[in-house]
Amino acid sequence: MNDYQTIIGLEVHVQLATLSKLFCGCATTFGAEPNTQTCPVCLGLPGSLPVLNERAVQLAIETGVALNCTIPEFTKWDRKQYFYPDLPKGYQTSQFDLPITEHGWLEIAGETEGTAPKRVRITRAHLEEDAGKSLHDESAAGGDSVIDLNRAGTPLLEIVSEPDLRSSAEAKAYLNELKLLLTFLGVSDCNMQEGSLRVDANVNLHVPDSANPAKPAATPIVEIKNLNSFRAVERAIDYEAGRQWRHWQETGLRMGQAPKQTRGWDDSAEVTRAQREKEESADYRYFPCPDLAPVVITADEVTRVRVAMPELPAALRLRLQTEHGLSAYDADVIVGSGRELTEFYEQVAATGGDAKQAANWVTQHVTRVMNATGKLLSELQLPAESLGRMIAKIVAGELPSSRARDVFDLLLEQGVDVDKAMASLGIAAVDESELIAICRTLLAANPKIVADVQAGKQQAVGALIGQAKQKNPNADPGRVRAICLELIAAG
Amino acid sequence: MALQRSDVQRVALLARLEPTPDQIDRLATELAAIVEYVDSLAEVDTDGVEPLVHAIEQTNVLRPDVAVASLSRDAALANAPVHNGVGFRVPAVLGD
Amino acid sequence: MADSLAELTAVEQLRLLNAGQTTSVALTTACLDRIAATDQRVGAFLRTTPERALAQAADIDRRRAAGDAVGALGGVPVAVKDVLCDEGQLTTCASKMLADFRPPYDATVVERLKQADAVLVGRTNMDEFAMGGSTENSAFQKTRNPWDLERSPGGSSGGAAACVAAGQTALSIGTDTGGSIRQPAALCGVVGLKPTYGRVSRYGLVAFASSLDQVGPLGRTVSDVALLYDAIAGHDPHDTTSAKAAAEPTLPQVNEPLKGLRVGVVPEHFAAGLSESVRQAVERAIDSYRQAGAQIVEVALPHARHAVATYYVIAPCEASSNLARYDGVHYGRRTDPAAMHARLAAERKSAAEANDATAARQIDTALVRLYRQSRSEALGPEVQRRIMLGAYALSAGYYDAYYLKALKVRRLIRQDFDAAFEQVDVIAGPVTASPAFKLGELIDDPLAMYLVDLYTVSANLAGLPAISLPCGLSPDGLPIGLHLMAPPLKESRLLRAARMFEASRDPLPLPRLD
Repeated sequence: MNDYQTIIGLEVHVQLATLSKLFCGCATTFGAEPNTQTCPVCLGLPGSLPVLNERAVQLAIETGVALNCTIPEFTKWDRKQYFYPDLPKGYQTSQFDLPITEHGWLEIAGETEGTAPKRVRITRAHLEEDAGKSLHDESAAGGDSVIDLNRAGTPLLEIVSEPDLRSSAEAKAYLNELKLLLTFLGVSDCNMQEGSLRVDANVNLHVPDSANPAKPAATPIVEIKNLNSFRAVERAIDYEAGRQWRHWQETGLRMGQAPKQTRGWDDSAEVTRAQREKEESADYRYFPCPDLAPVVITADEVTRVRVAMPELPAALRLRLQTEHGLSAYDADVIVGSGRELTEFYEQVAATGGDAKQAANWVTQHVTRVMNATGKLLSELQLPAESLGRMIAKIVAGELPSSRARDVFDLLLEQGVDVDKAMASLGIAAVDESELIAICRTLLAANPKIVADVQAGKQQAVGALIGQAKQKNPNADPGRVRAICLELIAAG
Repeated sequence: MALQRSDVQRVALLARLEPTPDQIDRLATELAAIVEYVDSLAEVDTDGVEPLVHAIEQTNVLRPDVAVASLSRDAALANAPVHNGVGFRVPAVLGD
Repeated sequence: MADSLAELTAVEQLRLLNAGQTTSVALTTACLDRIAATDQRVGAFLRTTPERALAQAADIDRRRAAGDAVGALGGVPVAVKDVLCDEGQLTTCASKMLADFRPPYDATVVERLKQADAVLVGRTNMDEFAMGGSTENSAFQKTRNPWDLERSPGGSSGGAAACVAAGQTALSIGTDTGGSIRQPAALCGVVGLKPTYGRVSRYGLVAFASSLDQVGPLGRTVSDVALLYDAIAGHDPHDTTSAKAAAEPTLPQVNEPLKGLRVGVVPEHFAAGLSESVRQAVERAIDSYRQAGAQIVEVALPHARHAVATYYVIAPCEASSNLARYDGVHYGRRTDPAAMHARLAAERKSAAEANDATAARQIDTALVRLYRQSRSEALGPEVQRRIMLGAYALSAGYYDAYYLKALKVRRLIRQDFDAAFEQVDVIAGPVTASPAFKLGELIDDPLAMYLVDLYTVSANLAGLPAISLPCGLSPDGLPIGLHLMAPPLKESRLLRAARMFEASRDPLPLPRLD
């Protein structure tokens, strides 16, 4: 039995969804040709000066409010100094002791259904500029690196959690919830492939202390880098916990007895490896940036942001359950699919008049098509209005549910409205008197079935439904069944 | 407070300078003299005094989030000591 | 009448231009001729750009002849310290590091000079990255004081002051971080203004100490300095530390004396250390204010004696950070990589042969060595000294004792001035303790060189406008400067007060260079 607890804190860097960089007007578009989105400021050319992007400040405040952080009245900019080829000024403009937001929390679902949600404390979220990146250079001899500075100066928000997470599953839940929140807010697209969301994990163990049974001992903290997906975060934490446990058993080293180590996750070998120790212990020589004025954020401004805040995932999940009567599962599936799908669902439900049917159509059919085609909701030819009106027709009995799937497919394929789709499929509600006539004819022609039903085998009537549909394809199976049973009962 | 050679070597690495052994000795002496001089600041009573970072104390100097034209790649690389037409060339950033 | 058009004041040059009595091409040619004739001895210019200057002058002449609008400097030649970016032109900061650097953009000041139709004739010498007080830290050449070629013109804007003193151009642009405009102006017998911090944009000024650097004008008269100041002052959205307040033109009022002027005098400024010739000249200047009806008031600046120590913490800290970008990667000079790799290989081999694992581990990576070697080869000793000092003061464990402490003393210095300016309109005193020193005299004693800034650094720390103007000659015939300081944004008052004194006496003659 591994008698330890894993202690995890996450540092998440997200690129903010601004049009221009944090301190200059260069575009932040992903995928541009190397070194085509630079200027004297983000190249760090002599004489250039930074000017702060107000949108980045706004997005940071919005995130802080959504993460239940306090927004101090005064925030400032500091230089973090180190040499690296992707850092053209020799320092990164960041925030050291007075971050723009601090002391918040994010709630994640309990580990199992029905357990209470867990609050993960947020230490701080601060603004800083991104660095450039190294490219592979086929032409370079001798293993040179080639530097692209397009990304240099892109606004980042670094969101640091307290070491409140206790398992890789919790870490993943935290990341999913954080990503959902940030995309709901629109502060970042959180695209990990494009590097707009990056995760470093600080991991150590609490292990039984033979010297002091009342209080566990802590092992040295390891920072894991090079985590390219949430799955990699999970696996790396699990691997690292096991490795630290073995290491503890071998060495008995505690926190403070060994320096904090940085290890890189090797995704293919599924191990963490010690990264090369730097030549000197990190001494970033932080000091306030003399080129940038501090920012004062008044309580009024924070209130304005709070008031304008969209409904956030946690509140939405709750409302879909209480107001729409959805199950916790359905509410989570819808909200967890993002703001676009949630808004789509709400429109479908409003137009269709039946929240549960709307939830079924959205969570089953719409997401199925999205997964099958790899398309975004906005790329499907499916206005929420159309799907809603289709559901309204089902509810009104004008569209037999047996044929709704055909209508849905046609809506998607041709982008027509519901009436046109039904017309082109020849769907029209069958008049009740016509249905009764059809049923009478069928009962008369099938005395054996009538006898079976009278003998208590109600399911025998099912054989008549197919025959009814042959006579009129729009015949609603439910109605046919009900009418037949009524007629038999009436003798 | 005297500066040791090891202080000079530590700071030289931090600052990415490479003084020769002679220069290390001279810097230790020169910097020690300057440090001794600025140590006189310790005698000033600064209790409760806010640091003055900027000679002009303004706040919230911001610009709107508008993307403007960047430099051409040729212009961005024009002053690079070594480049390959695409990016800035440096010795491998990983390994030796 | 001057021998050359170049020796006229800028105001006079402009009057002749506007009257059609000369052309910008004639004026520019005269300046270039004067530079050609004298600069072998003075060494004020790192380079001139005659073709560009004459083309610019011809264009201005054409526009003036056609009756089109011309800018406020309408064809007057101006020299620029080699520390302000000029698109496509060499901008070296007198450093080997930037010997080939051509910025892809204009500094705001350079852009404003071009818009004002100043003719940019060339770039003046300076201490490397503006660090120094003698211009001897230039990587490229010595500049000599036109009043005595064995002496320093001061620094760091030594070229800017010497070229005006030598009558090469009437106007030049300098920069002042701890006295780098005013001290050379004093030693060369010209007028130099350091505006309020934030009054002139720093965008495109290659930074030395960002919170102290300020661009300013030099000329032979207060009016000329006002003319050039008006062309470059004003808010710039590219510089977050730029003052938002509008910069009213100063030239129209500069000749109006200030009624009821209160001139502050700080007794400590006249204490031991001040040379007799400077003391007498400055006291005579203060006396002439008294005679002009000004009230002379003693004021106290109790923290002023800590200004140099404060400065020599803050400036190197900021410099160590600002100069981190010179690493031989994105621009600037890079060490020879083949030689570097060979040296590293040799070091590894010898560590391996000696079986010394510790030594092997301490050998730099190629990247670290590239940085260290490029920087050590291309930056001069004074620049390296200040980078070391700043990196030391900011390194772990020292921040509070040095940098934070200095920032607090800085506020006390500023508060002293705020209190003093409740009582007086300007503060008068010496710029330097003595007239120009000999070349080589201080270069081996960094601390003595730093103390040269004793009277000037306070204005930078507090962000005040301050001016140096000639107030006499020493018995050896060397110029002496009078220092005036005013509250923030009061350049107009400062220039008018300076003009009151200037108007009370005969102008200095031009030094004889033959």
